[in-house]
Amino acid sequence: MFDDLLLTVLLTSIPLILAATGELVAEKSGVLNLGVEGMMLMGAVSAFGFASMTGNPYIGILGGGLAGMMVAMVFAVFVLGLATNQVATGLALTIFGTGLSGLIGAPLVGQAIDGLSALYLPILSDLPIIGVLFQLDALAYLAIIIVAVVSYVLNKTKAGLILRAVGVNHDSAHALGYRVLQVRFLAVCFGGFMAGLGGAYLPLVLTPHWAEGMTSGRGWIALALVVFASWRPGRVIIGAILFGGVTILQLVAQARGWGVPSQFLSMMPYFATIIVLVLISSRGRIQFGSPAHLGKNFLATR
Amino acid sequence: MIILQPRKHVSLRLTIAVPILSVLVTLVLGGVIFALLGYNPVQALYEFFIAPLARPDQIGNLFVKACPLIIIGTGLIFCYRANVWNIGAEGQLILGAMGAGWVALSFPETESRFLILAMAVMAMAGGALWGLIPAILKIRFKTNEILVSLMLTYIAALLIDWVVRGPWRDPMAFGFPLTRTYPDAGLIPRMPLPGIGYLGQLHWGVLVAFIVAVAGWFYLSRMLGGYKIKLMGDAPRAGKFAGFHQGRVTIMVMMISGALAGLAGMIEVSANIGMLQPHISFGYGFTAIIVAFLARLNPMAAIAAGLVVALAELGGDAAQISMNIPKVVTGIFKGILLFMLLAGETLTRYQIIWIGRSQKSATTQKIEE
Repeated sequence: MFDDLLLTVLLTSIPLILAATGELVAEKSGVLNLGVEGMMLMGAVSAFGFASMTGNPYIGILGGGLAGMMVAMVFAVFVLGLATNQVATGLALTIFGTGLSGLIGAPLVGQAIDGLSALYLPILSDLPIIGVLFQLDALAYLAIIIVAVVSYVLNKTKAGLILRAVGVNHDSAHALGYRVLQVRFLAVCFGGFMAGLGGAYLPLVLTPHWAEGMTSGRGWIALALVVFASWRPGRVIIGAILFGGVTILQLVAQARGWGVPSQFLSMMPYFATIIVLVLISSRGRIQFGSPAHLGKNFLATR
Repeated sequence: MIILQPRKHVSLRLTIAVPILSVLVTLVLGGVIFALLGYNPVQALYEFFIAPLARPDQIGNLFVKACPLIIIGTGLIFCYRANVWNIGAEGQLILGAMGAGWVALSFPETESRFLILAMAVMAMAGGALWGLIPAILKIRFKTNEILVSLMLTYIAALLIDWVVRGPWRDPMAFGFPLTRTYPDAGLIPRMPLPGIGYLGQLHWGVLVAFIVAVAGWFYLSRMLGGYKIKLMGDAPRAGKFAGFHQGRVTIMVMMISGALAGLAGMIEVSANIGMLQPHISFGYGFTAIIVAFLARLNPMAAIAAGLVVALAELGGDAAQISMNIPKVVTGIFKGILLFMLLAGETLTRYQIIWIGRSQKSATTQKIEE
């Protein structure tokens, strides 16, 4: 019983981990992309489409990531090339992604696919309690690996230092000879690819069908998670598992008949997001990790 | 290398041309996307933008669709001018509809004309309250108003779902999630036009929308409060030196936009549905964001912008039936339109200059000298 519960919580948190890690990298470079929800939906519908066409869910993973990256590029062209308002451009991306995924997915409604199957790691998966950590699918393992790599690259390598420098002060970084727009473009593309993977996880693992708007706000929760994690990749995992836990708690409460209307239980992840934002923001801790030039556009000067 | 250079002077012609060009480019790009996905682009554009206007009564319905967009858009313009990012108007709309519904369902027998006024007041109070929460959290705890207002939208949607399935459900509705019908005094009747009579579902709420937009324009462009909002948005430091309080402006614009979204929710229900149900709005709160930008943050222009976007919405309804595609597909047009408007904003404020390599080295030399 406990094993099952832990596994469900983990699986629910994976899309959030993927999308939030991508957004974290983009934000570290100084770009606030509010289009996560739209990119995730594009990832979800493309993953489903590719998996259904080829019968191979692994191609679905790749297709989902690339679709997320492609729409992120549109965002990048506007925000970086034309210096448009980042908040509004991100909203445009979400609206556009929701619409386009609906049109692409219209013929796919009602179909079913074979999702990713779980890969049991030998020996480790037989361990008591923590064994479930090794009964996940390929994309889930990949998510954990990516978080570790992102954490290493951001904090221990020169490339990570340049990325952070661009996010803290783009004028200084520019003066030092770093290509601000190029760095930000790559960071936004990475964010899009990761959001696409997060979206892909939904039809490939959680529910093996496509429904319009199936992310139901996960993209926005991923954005809140980045703040929760105070821009540190490791904390994204903790935050995502907490949110996954809250989501699952509502199912448990329903199953046990706690007598609370289901709508109030469904509200819990959203309430939790608000409470977490208040707690994190009020302590002033947010300033440590927050890139100083987040959301500010860079205009090259002669 | 491309460089964006601020323009010294922005011509009026450019200011007007940008929204119009944006709409045209959106139509072309939208058509291209439909073609790429194997739909007939001409048919798609026809279904979305021309078919809805084929009958005269549909023009009345266009105004009906634009009504909530104009009212909410006007409120959002207050926020965006102050650089406060309220994107939870959808939730504020729902709370407004619930506030009005509570009044209407509490007095099922009344015939008083004051009922509709009391409903409007409660709707605005409900919406303002929902807008106040992110404002207070932003001022007190520095939380991000975008995320909080959005989370409150999800909570509002679940809240109305609960009341219409639980405490407010009509026991005679055969288990359907509906409240009782409002008393007649709580409904907004259709509006006859002089010489024409009734035009589609055109109702008195549309007149309210026009009044709201004009009043919003007057306040923002002709009164000190409007100037304060603009100053705090454009130059908060200067505003502080002038003795204005950032926090008070944030609370004011969030409550105004919340109240207007709530009013839109009340009008939407009282004019078109007559009772509460789980889904009372089709994302008007989000669509109004585009209206605010298309109007270039000018409430007077929000009337025209609301009508343009309403056309796409009406087209979405038609295409859902005739082309068998989900209604969210309208988002393709809405998203591209917002992209184009934002790009247009840049092109009016900056000049794009190409710098060739020789020129670039010349300027670099100058700096080195």
